[in-house]
Amino acid sequence: MTTLLIAAAKAPVIDYKGISPLFAVAGGAVIVLMAALIRGRFAQRVLVPFLTVGALGAAIGLSIWNWHTGDSRPIVEGALAIDPLALGLSLLFYITGLATVAFAWRSRALRESGTGEFFGLMLGSIAGMTILGSAENLITLFVGIELLSIPLYVMCASDVRRETSLESGLKYLVIGSVGSATLLYGLALIYGATGHTGFAEINNAIGNSVNLTDPLLLTGIALAAAGLAFKASVAPFHAWTPDVYEGAPTPVTAFMAVATKTAAFAVILRFFLEALVSAQEQWAPALAALAVITIIVGNVGAIAQNSLKRMLAWSGVAQAGYMLAGVVVGTQLGLQATAFYLAMYLFMNLAAFGVVIARERVSEHGDGLKSLEGLGSASPLLAWPMTIAMLSLAGFPATAGFIGKFYLISAAVDGNWAWLGVMIVVGSMLSLVYYLRVIAVMWMTPLKIELPGRPRRARREVQPVAGWSPEADPRAQPEVLLVTLIMAAATIFFGIVPSPLFHLAHDVGTSISALFS
Amino acid sequence: MTIYLSIILFLPGVAGMLALLVPRRLAGWTLVTGTLLTLAYTIVMLARFKIGGGMQFVTDDNWISELGIRYHLGVDGLNLFLVILTALLWVPASIAAALREWDRPRLFMMFMGLSETAVLGAFMAQDLALFVVFFDLMLVPFYFLVGMWGGEDRVYATTKLVIYTLAGSLLMLAAAVALGVMATPAGGHISFSLATLAQHPLSGGSQYWLFILFAVAFLVKAPAFPLHGWMPDAYREAPLPVILVFSAVVSKVGVYGFLRIVLPVLPQASVHFQELMLAIAVVSILYGSILAFSQDEARLVLGYSSVAQLGFIILGIFSLDPKGGQGAVMQMINHGLVTAPLFLIIGYLAIRAQGRDSLDWMGGMALRAPVLAGVFLIVALATLAMPGSANFVGELYILFGTFQSKIVYGIVASAGVVLAAVYMIRFYQRAMHNPVGPQVESRDLALGPELGVIAPLVLVILALGVYPNFLLHRINAFAPTANDRTEVSVIK
Repeated sequence: MTTLLIAAAKAPVIDYKGISPLFAVAGGAVIVLMAALIRGRFAQRVLVPFLTVGALGAAIGLSIWNWHTGDSRPIVEGALAIDPLALGLSLLFYITGLATVAFAWRSRALRESGTGEFFGLMLGSIAGMTILGSAENLITLFVGIELLSIPLYVMCASDVRRETSLESGLKYLVIGSVGSATLLYGLALIYGATGHTGFAEINNAIGNSVNLTDPLLLTGIALAAAGLAFKASVAPFHAWTPDVYEGAPTPVTAFMAVATKTAAFAVILRFFLEALVSAQEQWAPALAALAVITIIVGNVGAIAQNSLKRMLAWSGVAQAGYMLAGVVVGTQLGLQATAFYLAMYLFMNLAAFGVVIARERVSEHGDGLKSLEGLGSASPLLAWPMTIAMLSLAGFPATAGFIGKFYLISAAVDGNWAWLGVMIVVGSMLSLVYYLRVIAVMWMTPLKIELPGRPRRARREVQPVAGWSPEADPRAQPEVLLVTLIMAAATIFFGIVPSPLFHLAHDVGTSISALFS
Repeated sequence: MTIYLSIILFLPGVAGMLALLVPRRLAGWTLVTGTLLTLAYTIVMLARFKIGGGMQFVTDDNWISELGIRYHLGVDGLNLFLVILTALLWVPASIAAALREWDRPRLFMMFMGLSETAVLGAFMAQDLALFVVFFDLMLVPFYFLVGMWGGEDRVYATTKLVIYTLAGSLLMLAAAVALGVMATPAGGHISFSLATLAQHPLSGGSQYWLFILFAVAFLVKAPAFPLHGWMPDAYREAPLPVILVFSAVVSKVGVYGFLRIVLPVLPQASVHFQELMLAIAVVSILYGSILAFSQDEARLVLGYSSVAQLGFIILGIFSLDPKGGQGAVMQMINHGLVTAPLFLIIGYLAIRAQGRDSLDWMGGMALRAPVLAGVFLIVALATLAMPGSANFVGELYILFGTFQSKIVYGIVASAGVVLAAVYMIRFYQRAMHNPVGPQVESRDLALGPELGVIAPLVLVILALGVYPNFLLHRINAFAPTANDRTEVSVIK
């Protein structure tokens, strides 16, 4: 009894305003699950997605309400803190969540697994990401990673009657668990070496009470880096990525490709630049080597792919390499450039995945490259977003990707890592081969597959069939098209007027005070 | 501060966008109107240009202040005529395009318009980062133009073209960013302004590797000898109006980059690598000339002759001599002016040879087509730098410059002048004389669009041949020079 009282007296101080976005998504997950118990088409088709959107919208609003520049502010003492880095990146999670709702709305996975379960799990995963983004402590870091991953394992397998989906979920579960275990081992060793779990305390201990070359510490860092590399699909820990991305339902793939990667980079940025920045000389060369390997492996791997999802998976690996270069630099500019690139990455990837989703529902080729054949004349509204996304991923000017790469290279050169900047452009050169192939297929092949030929007037009579249906016209998916067009427009807009995002990135750069010194 | 150059810059692009909105048959003429307006603007600009007045019509605004990229345009003695050349040659190209039937014409015209905007931007940019933006942007329309409307192997050709050139320009992107960041004093605001960069040259070591990255980008674009692999495929497959502007104008962007960026900003490296660049130039001249002589496809004769002619231009630039630099700029204009009508002529010849542009299918056309033969002869003689043409003056200046700095290269390069005569005369002879080709239907240039497109260009060539000083006078203002062995500066 007395121990309980003591515990109650020592209960942590919680900043409810600061934690409110997390409440919105976690609470949203519960509400969505409950609402899905209501039977009937309206509840399943409209109410639940609407509630999910509401939860995410509320989280976005609350994050903006909490926005402040400068150093982090603890919300649950020693465990979570909010700063522009956490807030800015969680905005990216929420936006990806909104896009995923649109992408998944008519998907077969949603019908197979149940609307409430699917969206509830997605919100749970986003809650994990939010925790991860503001983790200040090894324990919360791990809790965040697990909360992020476990719903994702289920979501990957949510198309329960398709074997590849189940396989994808299982593969992700096994490999994700190995990653988590490695990470946990590393975190334990770091705790063993420094005697602290808080990031700030660890950073203080390194170089003071703990020797920089302490083998326990270095092994811990190496294992933790490997564990995080699994999550961010950084080579050589990327092998699961193409298989899992290919097997998972495409909306889930889009969610993983963008949100999970952003979350992984959120924690990589925080962990290396906040907890381990004093040991930068120890880990920077190792991470630089990983970045180079990732850039090369990702780009070379993507060249031979005929499945768009696999291609985007490999391209995601390559992009992780570029962003890792921003982490290696270890300066404020590097942090800003990485955060900036993550935002750009969201726009261009969601645009690309939107097109893949729209096409795979109507094409006999599924997500194969062939499903895009002749799209330029058949459906320019889908072909343009894909073109823009590919040009942007390849780093052509007047797109977001160009500005992102420009920023990363200038951060690399500024931090005396000029050769890493050159590696980024070497990677981009390799990437041209497969990005241009997609554009060539869309615009430069004769139209071989005819869209379902029906007289114009009859079009309205065909009910939009949920999910997989050859009758469903691409125009019967306005929500996918809308998201795709918005993302493509943003890719162009921020390629020409990037200043608003630079302001955000600048705020994010002020988050970690250790970098000022 | 004036928006004058911005109007010239964006007018063709806007016309291209408009072409997307108008009915299909009007798309081409919308673009033609846009290019004509652009040309009119540049002529007004030429009239108002003050000789020896330095940078003029300057526009200098913040674009992306966080990265130090400025929207900084200007025209001086170096790029004045290149801007005019661009505006001039896009007119016949777009007329030729408008006269033909295309699949998806609106899209074609939009890309044509965008490409002119991008090329003009690269010529006018006075900010290194802005230059890089336009230099890369140029590729996007050409990628589509070749890939969507080209010949059989168009996808292969266009992919090769883009990968070659973008590989070069991505390296340049890295070099440009590195240059801007390293030239910024600690704590200062990053700047890519070419004038600022020229005032604070880097130390020797960094100049060297930056030079190599820039040189690769520019040599691929030209194309110069070891990096010309994309050229034959692209020249063979591209639609005629596209390859016309590509060969006549876009190939100059690379060599222009040497004069605008590399020599002023990396002077030590330019001196250090002078012999290497001269060697590349001489090899390009000889290699291009010999291959031009042995081609059967008319387009490839021009393609390899371009390699040779651009070799001359590079020779002039890296003679690092004021005369040589001046000759190089002059030769850029001249080469553009003769290449464009030559491609138009190839188009006319192909029509008369049942759509084939191989020399084997031509021949004997001169008899029934005296005007065509006359026009062709004038242009061919100008190309081989007959005395009395502006090309003669240009090549003479280049060789003067080279003889003064590195006499050996000058002597070898002189052989190139002779070789040019050999391949051009062979080209003319096999097309116009010789036995009549198997399916040739010889008829003269029609008075309408056929003659109308080419005649003004030929008149410009003749006029400049009579009065080359019109160019020399204005180009005089800017030329690179070697003051001593360690520093190259730009004299005004």
